[in-house]
Amino acid sequence: MTSSDVQQQVASRWTARHDVVVIGGGHNGLVCATLLAKSGRKVLLLEAASELGGGARTDEFAPGFRVSSVAHLLNRLHPDVVKELDLEKHGLKFAPAELVPSTSLSAKDGPLTLTGAYGAGLAGASVSEAAAWKDLRAQLIRYAGILKPFLSRRPPDLRGKMSMAETFALGQTALALKKLGKEDMRDFLRVILMNVADLLDEQLTDNRLKGLLAFDAVLGSHLGPRSPTSLLGLYYRLAGEIGGAPGAQLVPKGGMGSVVAAIAGAASKAGVVLRTEAPIVKIRVEDGRATGVVLENGGEIAATTVISAADPSTTFLDLVGPRELDTGFVRKISNIRNYGDAAKLHLALERPPEFAGVDAVGLKGRLVIAPSTDHVERAFNPSKYGEFSPEPVLEITLPSLADPSLAPDGACVLSAVVQYAPYRLREGWESGKPKFLNAIMGVLEKYSPGIGKTVRHTELLTPVDIEARYRMPGGHWHHGELQADQMLMSRPVFGAEGYATPIDGLYLCGAGSHPGGGVSGAPGLNAARRIIAMERQS
Amino acid sequence: MKTWDAIVIGGGHNGLVNACYLQRAGLDVLVVEKNDWVGGAAVSRSLTPGFLYSNCSYVCSLFRPEIMRDLELPRFGLQVIAYEGGAVFTRDGDYLANYRDHDAHRREFARFSKRDAEAYDRYARDVTRQCRFIQPLLMRTAPDPTSLKPRDVGELMYIAKKFYDLGPSQMAETLRFWTMSISEFLDEYFETDVIKANFSISGIIGTALGPMSPGTAYVLLHHYMGEVDGSVGAWGYARGGMGAITKALSESFQASGGAIRTGAEVDKVLVKDGRTTGIVLAGGEEIRGKLVISNADVKRTFLKLVEEKELPNVFLRRVKNFKIRGSSGKVNIALDSLPEFPALPKDAPSIRGDLHFTDSVERMERAYDDWKAGRWSADPFLDMMIPTTLDPTMTPPGKHFMSCFVQYCPPKVEGRDWTDADRDAFAETVISQIADYSPGFRDRILHMEVRTPRELEAEVGLTEGNIFQGELTFDQLLFNRPVQGYAQYRSPIGGLYICGSSTHPGGGVMGAPGRNAAAEILRDLSKPTRHMSPAHDVI
Repeated sequence: MTSSDVQQQVASRWTARHDVVVIGGGHNGLVCATLLAKSGRKVLLLEAASELGGGARTDEFAPGFRVSSVAHLLNRLHPDVVKELDLEKHGLKFAPAELVPSTSLSAKDGPLTLTGAYGAGLAGASVSEAAAWKDLRAQLIRYAGILKPFLSRRPPDLRGKMSMAETFALGQTALALKKLGKEDMRDFLRVILMNVADLLDEQLTDNRLKGLLAFDAVLGSHLGPRSPTSLLGLYYRLAGEIGGAPGAQLVPKGGMGSVVAAIAGAASKAGVVLRTEAPIVKIRVEDGRATGVVLENGGEIAATTVISAADPSTTFLDLVGPRELDTGFVRKISNIRNYGDAAKLHLALERPPEFAGVDAVGLKGRLVIAPSTDHVERAFNPSKYGEFSPEPVLEITLPSLADPSLAPDGACVLSAVVQYAPYRLREGWESGKPKFLNAIMGVLEKYSPGIGKTVRHTELLTPVDIEARYRMPGGHWHHGELQADQMLMSRPVFGAEGYATPIDGLYLCGAGSHPGGGVSGAPGLNAARRIIAMERQS
Repeated sequence: MKTWDAIVIGGGHNGLVNACYLQRAGLDVLVVEKNDWVGGAAVSRSLTPGFLYSNCSYVCSLFRPEIMRDLELPRFGLQVIAYEGGAVFTRDGDYLANYRDHDAHRREFARFSKRDAEAYDRYARDVTRQCRFIQPLLMRTAPDPTSLKPRDVGELMYIAKKFYDLGPSQMAETLRFWTMSISEFLDEYFETDVIKANFSISGIIGTALGPMSPGTAYVLLHHYMGEVDGSVGAWGYARGGMGAITKALSESFQASGGAIRTGAEVDKVLVKDGRTTGIVLAGGEEIRGKLVISNADVKRTFLKLVEEKELPNVFLRRVKNFKIRGSSGKVNIALDSLPEFPALPKDAPSIRGDLHFTDSVERMERAYDDWKAGRWSADPFLDMMIPTTLDPTMTPPGKHFMSCFVQYCPPKVEGRDWTDADRDAFAETVISQIADYSPGFRDRILHMEVRTPRELEAEVGLTEGNIFQGELTFDQLLFNRPVQGYAQYRSPIGGLYICGSSTHPGGGVMGAPGRNAAAEILRDLSKPTRHMSPAHDVI
């Protein structure tokens, strides 16, 4: 149906009652909606934009050039999501052949490439370094494996109200720890909250490898490699998997939008009613219980259960409103740190760029410009004071090489995540943006001489742009810093950590909830499971 | 040849505390100290006629009152004078004063922000709650989470119960607190930069971290857990300088029959069939002992004094990976007269407390960025005291001693060793900062001692000149301190123990590591520990 029909239908004070209304059509909202529909509930999903997908959309940024607008690599879509939504049936298939390598570029020593699933093989490094990496990789994946089960569970309940199954699951983790053996368990307990730089210095020597790992650890967070707890970022990354291979990654054909399309397909099939261009302005609350939502155009929709995939501060401070909430809770919500540091660069290039020493396979993968740990740390420093990195670090993909449909014939799309670009830039992004773009292009020129002359069109999304376009306050793709003090029972805040909230019948299912962001669908998955469990009890 | 029951290597405060407890338990104990004086980093040195310098540690608060009582330190002359507070000077010529009195403190904050004044009550309450949770752990041996020994399991249960008693929401708060940066923690309470800078100081002193580094909120706690005469969080001067503490300890030790040998540098620890038999001094002299307890830091002890072949590889690897980072320096100054700070009102009590010039968290963090780049801070953070404003015994009448703790100061300058020229340039950076706020300051200087990590390591024997004998990060706390599997003061070598700040609960003139080590040793000897009082509860 066309959007105007939607407007009409909505405008005509829509009375049909729904069991569930889901706010936000990003991947987490869609996953949660689908699972609840499959459980027999009548589900309506409302998306503010004209298209589903949120930060996982594929957008056209220049005539004939399309790109995954925020997330551009698939590396953590949760296996349970793939299974329970039957995504393969809905067109999401990944052949092992599609897995792409990561290449760490260095102007000095040439490229180093992690092949297979997160460096099962290592090309371009010395024999001794390859051996050291083999050990470290095994250790990292082993430890990430201990944490992995937490991704698909609600955080441990400090009130002690846990089901047999949940308590048993925790016991399993304790057992897994024991299984490591005494010494390995001791090392695990030491490194868990360590900074990534120290661990790398203890075990590796190659700056290109260290730089890449340091970059992955701090990607999407306001931390430098020397900040304590930064290693958690790497564990989070390696707890993700593709087709059972931890740390594996691929550049989805058709962009991230194709993944969303598959999930949306599953949603429709399950009977979810999907409505776009239906922004809501209020969550109705009557005596402490959510009763429905109010649309921007005044339309109201009643529901017994309201689920928000929007970020926690929008949900509680804007849509619910402080009046309905305890002041302590409101304070906690307003203390959530959700200022993004990552910008997104999209270049429409006349022809594919070249990077010295990188072959065709490498170009189809992930190219990282983070030549050393210190380099990443130096890039981080200015962001602490509201300044962008004069020499930013980048994660580059060239999606049109594997999927020509994304660009006109012979042309090429370059998509890059760039750090650090603090949301609260002191001089303001108005004047800062062109300067930052210069800094980025300066780096690109260094690694791919002449690339600047082939640029037909440029789109740079700063956190401020991301905030406006994808309704992510602070422009943070995790809907809030993913640091130790904002994880598990502190995500988004204690009191709303188990997807249920202080408002009866209102739940969270977005990246702001445990386990956090990235295209995993895990928050949506856990929320749906939790809601089904709770409504069964009551 | 005589065989001692126990030989303690190093006469620092922890070594002496340890020796005192062992001697009082009936052991025959010898303390060997490489310098010609005891005290380690808690000393009062006469470096220019008539002046006593607290030239390493400079304030007293963390030293456990239980230990003072057990070892009767007041009877041996120890007297701690609490000071009122201090001040942070702001670049616009104003200042923020600190007071021990909560209400006075709040009123001072109100000068800057009503909101912050109100938040201070909440802040004080929350921090005290965290202290209450952590303080009892100071005087207990950290349990080994991988062990199934009844005692370890019991201790774990004890901590778990204490944690559980906090109640759900406080449990969550505590978990957050432990991994937060002090700057983020303060952002949740205060809006005024100088007030945040003022509190963040305790989050970074002695560590190689900036106020924006996660984990510094805990370091704040480490500086708040102290007390003077029962007033928690208070700080004071030891009358006669910090040496008064170790002087009282050594007198208490000798009074109970212990022996001390100064000017006796240890060359190596003797090991036979996996068990220590004593030590060898630099001169080659051998001293036999059934037990050897090292007050030196874990790296110095196991990488310098013990031969590698005597130690398991896993243990060696972990000792090498233990992070001891020099991050601070010290400038000690003899003054002809009391310096003036025009910003302060006449006779303000602040002059008798700790003075700072860093009025924003950003300045503090930028100072840390310099350190990361291998340089001393161009705009350093100073913790400055003039103890002679309360203790006239350290200098001739009318003269004064000033102690300046300086952060950040790297163990090496851009990768190379310190030169004397570097040291002088470093001192100039410090002096010029003081002179900016105190006209005519340079003219008052009679004598000055400048100590970079190089000097601290050479004289006191602290690796990299790190005052805590190891970073206070999560990977080096509790059962991880100093290394996993050996966090209970024992070592892979029979009869060899460590009792310095490298061990739980860490640095500061606290005495807890020395005391806890003694408890473990006496347990191994199955001797009574009745003379050791347990941690008292925080009121």
